[in-house]
Parts: sequence; structure tokens; C-alpha cells
Amino acid sequence: MRFTKSLIPVIAALLFTLNAHAADDKFITVASTTSTANSGLFDVILPVFTKKTGIEVRVVAVGTGKAIRLARSGDADVLFVHHKPSEEKFVADGMGMKRSDVMYNDFVMVGPASDPAGIKGSETAEAALKKLAAAKAPFASRGDDSGTNKKELGLWKAAGINPKTSSGTWYRETGSGMGATLNVASGMNAYALTDRATWLKFKNKGDLAILVEGDPKLFNQYGIILVSAEKHPHTKTALGQKFIDWIIGAEGQTEISNYQILGNQAFFANAKPGS
Amino acid sequence: MTDISAAFATAIQLLITLDANLIEIVGLSLQVSISAVALATVIGLPMGAALALFKFPGRGTLTVMLNALMGLPPVVVGLVVYLLLSRSGPLGVLGLLFTPTAMIIAQAILVTPIIAALTRQVVADLWVEYAEQMRSLGAGPLRAVPALLYDARFTLVTAVLAGFGRASAEVGAVMIVGGNIDHVTRVMTTAIALEVSKGDLALALGLGIVLIGLSLAINAATFTAKQRAEAAWT
Amino acid sequence: MDLTAPNAAPSAHRASAANTILPLRVEGLAYDANGQRLIDGITFTLDAGPRTVILGPNGAGKSLLLRLCHGLIAPSGGTVTWQGATGNADAATHQAMVFQRPVLLRRSVIANVVYGLKLKGTLRAERAEIAADVLARTGLARFKDTPARLLSGGEQQKLALARTWALRPQVLFLDEPTSNLDPAATHAVESICQHMHDEGTRLIMTTHDLGQAKRLADDVLFIHKGRLLEHSPANAFFETPASGEAAAFLRGDLRW
Repeated sequence: MRFTKSLIPVIAALLFTLNAHAADDKFITVASTTSTANSGLFDVILPVFTKKTGIEVRVVAVGTGKAIRLARSGDADVLFVHHKPSEEKFVADGMGMKRSDVMYNDFVMVGPASDPAGIKGSETAEAALKKLAAAKAPFASRGDDSGTNKKELGLWKAAGINPKTSSGTWYRETGSGMGATLNVASGMNAYALTDRATWLKFKNKGDLAILVEGDPKLFNQYGIILVSAEKHPHTKTALGQKFIDWIIGAEGQTEISNYQILGNQAFFANAKPGS
Repeated sequence: MTDISAAFATAIQLLITLDANLIEIVGLSLQVSISAVALATVIGLPMGAALALFKFPGRGTLTVMLNALMGLPPVVVGLVVYLLLSRSGPLGVLGLLFTPTAMIIAQAILVTPIIAALTRQVVADLWVEYAEQMRSLGAGPLRAVPALLYDARFTLVTAVLAGFGRASAEVGAVMIVGGNIDHVTRVMTTAIALEVSKGDLALALGLGIVLIGLSLAINAATFTAKQRAEAAWT
Repeated sequence: MDLTAPNAAPSAHRASAANTILPLRVEGLAYDANGQRLIDGITFTLDAGPRTVILGPNGAGKSLLLRLCHGLIAPSGGTVTWQGATGNADAATHQAMVFQRPVLLRRSVIANVVYGLKLKGTLRAERAEIAADVLARTGLARFKDTPARLLSGGEQQKLALARTWALRPQVLFLDEPTSNLDPAATHAVESICQHMHDEGTRLIMTTHDLGQAKRLADDVLFIHKGRLLEHSPANAFFETPASGEAAAFLRGDLRW
């Protein structure tokens, strides 16, 4: 079969060129969150690191829960997420080396500017959530086991409300990333919890506006962990450690603090020196 | 409406300026989908022909399964390939996860049933017409396969195009096994999904328009070539 | 149409007593489909030499009988044996068949002939020359590179014959080869058949064209309702048919 036979070298060539590209070993895979990737931070700081060290950083941006599962399976060299309890468990389970603080930003509660549930100006997130539940105001939740989702569920718990019992009525779980959830909120004029960086960068705001911010409980800490080579010997620990050292070192921290979205500082570097 | 007109403006701008990022993404999309379809063709043509021509136990079941697999959800394929290629999976040592090769494998799995099922139908129909003549000339089904595939070539081109359409349009599988890594595994569909998640609907739709245009161009070119060849060979 | 042999080579295939598959012995042949007996207890022997025409009304089982003899379908009962020196083992490679509606591959005229030669196992180096030769003899040389499916009906049937001629079969089955053709094409097909016969190919043919039967038959097998009613020399059959059915058939009174 002339015509099929002639395809074989073509495929072989294609696979070869693709693999040649992929076989370039000077790269690490970082499992991180959509919120970090969507904020645009990586686009700015990673090229600086790559230029200095020649190490390419490949970011797989998924929810925190999924990022941790990727790292557990050995499919990433470095974990860079924002849910401290899960991160500490990851280290305690022997899956990662030690955890280091990198930076923080904060969560904000957004909702329709007309604010039918009247949460604007609430002192605390808990108070705002109680009002939302009382008013049965539509709320778009990530519902995807991400860091933001875990944070949100923690806040509901502190407010003494179990929103899951109302799932499908006013409590809408999108099961998607931050941006997709904001698209839903924007489309149905619902309230939502989002990290500030994603919000600032998000372009489809529609009628949504920030209604609640500043509660210390809305603090959003990012941590970074090197995946343990004990469980997954193929992980690139040396290159991964270089990246971690850089991002929690003076240069990385400065780059993070300098990153702005529309004139606002998006992340606050807070790595502890010598940690 | 503003988003839609902005999307067209964005698409035109992307094309006119030959945006370097866009070129890279389009290039990778084509490379991945064409490789996947080529792989699926090499597997699907003989598989479809075998199902059409040979009687063996379970042939009916296999045919039904193949037809059903044409509707495989990309996400499921992505998940299965992910579990296979993950470092914790059976093929983890190959280190293929989050590479274009992984995307090619996933798309090939999606496309093979389409090409095989359509090939089976075409070859079975042709065999009804050819069987006696071929057997009289001394060719049983096995020896007749190359001639049947060759004579069905114009219809098979349509099958391959259908496969290409499926491969280039899906996002679920390549998102999971490719990871949408910038400059490494970002293709048209995952880039669109990303822009949607950033709320940049105009850019997302602009990319979508480019994707549709590309698909249109490929189909138009193939269609014209096929029409000409078919007119010459009936 | 140039039907003269340009060289002596083709006649070299003429079956000698040592390598012939003939005679063909059909014994108690039966064929059932859907619980109906379509061929019923047919017995005859065909020796090398004469041209046989199978006659009978529509639905008598003429085509089925040809297919059973050629081995395209398996009989429900009885046997088909080639009793020549070569025996049954490679009998299939020495037979060919031309169908009522030619099945041509979607490739050029010459490629169709070459394909048949390839399947027969002819050496690659010899295929083109043999193909060009039969195309010249059948008047198709100028269509050599034309897509086969673009030929007219008559030319398509001529090509089907050329394809079998190239194989130099000892036995050629023809199933109503001219039923879809106009008189000119019919004449062309008949003269190709005649030339193949002259070269030593044993012709076994069905037709419903009595004129054609009279022109081509040396002996006649008359089939009616799946049974063989007569096997006689052509002259005898046409002048003094033995059975009432054959007489009625020749008068045009026997339709089924």
C-alpha cells in the first residue's frame, strides 16, 4: 500500500522532531494554580529566571487540589500553590521537601454593583456570607477543590453555614477555574470569592465590583515545595531547588513585588530570609 | 455585540501582524493534529478494512463498539492517557506527559475509531461490488485490501478529514495531557480556553475565528483537490 | 482493431496434454439458497476444445452454474473436479471469468491489466509488455492511460476481456458478456472471444442471445429450472432439440 507506507516516515519524522524538542532536559515542570498563572505574574518573572540560569520553567496551571495530585504522582518537580494546610500535609506525607512562604495577596468578595444582598462594607467575610445566605443571593463557587475553593469553604464553616445543602439553588458550584467561575458570576450577576490578582486581570467584569475586602481572614498565602526525589527519583531536584532558591531569594522577591496590574501591586513578597 | 465585533478586529489584527505567538500556537496545533491523524490513518485503515472483509467471532460486537467510540468524550481519553503516562502510571518512565507526543497519542486515540469506522463502511460497500471479480482474479479479501483502499481513496479522504476536524477541534484531551504549557504544549483550543478563563472573550473568539479559518482553508483545499481527482477517475 | 498476433508467444500457452486442467467433470451438482433448490443434480463433462454455450430461460440457473464451476460459490451437493494432468490443486490459476457488468478498478486501463497479471504472479518485468500486447489486440491501446471507469460500456467489457486474455487462461467463463452492449460492441467482444478460442482457451459462456449462441456455440448445455435437460452439439440442438422445453425455448415460448 504505497500510500500508507509513505506515511510512516512522515509520522516518524514528526514524532522525532517533537521529541527532540521535548527531550531538551534543561527545564522543570511547576504545578501551580490558575489564579497565579492567570494573574500574569509568571509571564513577567519566569523569563528573568530563565535568562539568568538557562532553565526553562514549564507551568501547568490547574486548581490547587489538582496541582497537589499532579505533584503526588510525580508529574511535577515543584509545587507552587496557596493552601497552607494541604501544603503542610503534602510535606508531612513525605511527598515534598520543605515548604517555604513565597508571597501573599488577598481574596476579595465580588458581586453585582447594585449589591441586592447588601454586603458592601461588611467588616468581616463571615458577616457578608451570613447576609448572602439569609438573602439566598446567587453565589458562584469554584467547587473544584482548588485553594480558593478550600478557602471559601473554610469561611462558610466559620460563619456556621453549610452552603452545600443549597447547592443548585442559590449556591452554584461551577467546578471550574477562577476565570470560568468569574465568567459565570458575571453572566448571572452572582457573588463570588476571588483572589485579587485574577480579579484585577479579569476582563469580563460586567456589572461586578469588589464589595468586601481587607478582612485578615481573606489573606492568601502562597507556598513553594520541592517534590521529593525519594518517592519520584526522576524529579529534577537540583534544577527545582535552583528555582525555589531564586524565587525566595532577593531577586525573585523583588521581581514579585515589582509586578503590577493596572498600577496595583498584585502580590506581596514575604519569604523569610534564610528559610 | 461589542465582543463579537472586537473579536473579528482581534482576529484580523492577529493575522495581519502575523503575531509570533499565534504562529507558534498554530504551528504546534497543525503539527500535533496532523501527526495524530497520520497515526490514526495508519492504524484505522487496515483496522476498518479487516472489520469489513474478515469474518471472525466478535466482529459484530467490535463494529458496534467502534461506531460507539466515534463519540468518545475527549476528556475521558485525556484522563486515560494521563493515567497511563503519569509518572505513577504504567508508561510513566517514558516521561511523555506534558509533551506534544502525549497530545498526539491522545488525539490519535480519539480519531482512530472515526477513520476505522468510516473505512469499514466504505470498504464493505466496495467489496460487495468487487468480491466476485477479485476472487476470480485470485485475490481473496486479504490480497484485495490494498486495491480496495486505493479504489476507495476519495471517500477515505473525507474520513481522514473528519478525523482531522475532530482532532483540531478538541480541547479536553490535550488540555489534560499537554497541560497548556506556554511555548511547549499550548495549541489553538487550549489557548482559547485560557483566554476564556481570563475573561478576555474578544481575544478568545478572535483565536476561534483564526481556528475556523484554518479549518476552512484545509477543507477547501482538500475538497478542490478531491473534486478534480474524482472527476478524472470517477 | 488489430487482432493478429504480433508474435508467436501467446500461442505458447496452448494447453498441452501434460499441463491441462481439463476435462471439467461436474457430478450431481446441487445448490440451495433460502431453502430452495436452485441447481438440482446436474452432471456433465467438458473436454478440451469446443466452445460451450449454456442456454436457458431467465432464472434457470445459468449464472449460478458458471459460478459453481468457477469456484466462486460452494455447492450444496455434488462435485466440480478438474480431471486434467495438473489436477485440482492449482486449477484456479488457469481459469478466468468475465462478468455481465465488468468490475474495473479505479485506475488506468493498462493498470487494470497489470493488476490482474500481478495477482497471477507474473514477473514484474513482463507485465507491461503483456498488458500492452493485449491492449493492442483488443483495440484499446490508445486508451492505455485513460481512467478505466471513463471508458464506454463496450470498451469497459473489452478491457475486462483484455485483462483475462493477458492471463492466458485455459478456461474462460463468460456470464452474458454482451447483454448490456450495442451490436458493434457485441461483435467486438465476440471476435475477441473467438481469438482467445483460437489460441486455445476453452470458452464456457451463458447468453440469452440465440443469435450469439448460434454464432459461437460448438455444443450447448440447456438448463431449465435448475436441471440440465440437454447437452448436445450445437447443430443438433438448434435443428432438432430433444426436449419439449428446449423446443419451446427456441420458439421463444418458454419464459420461465
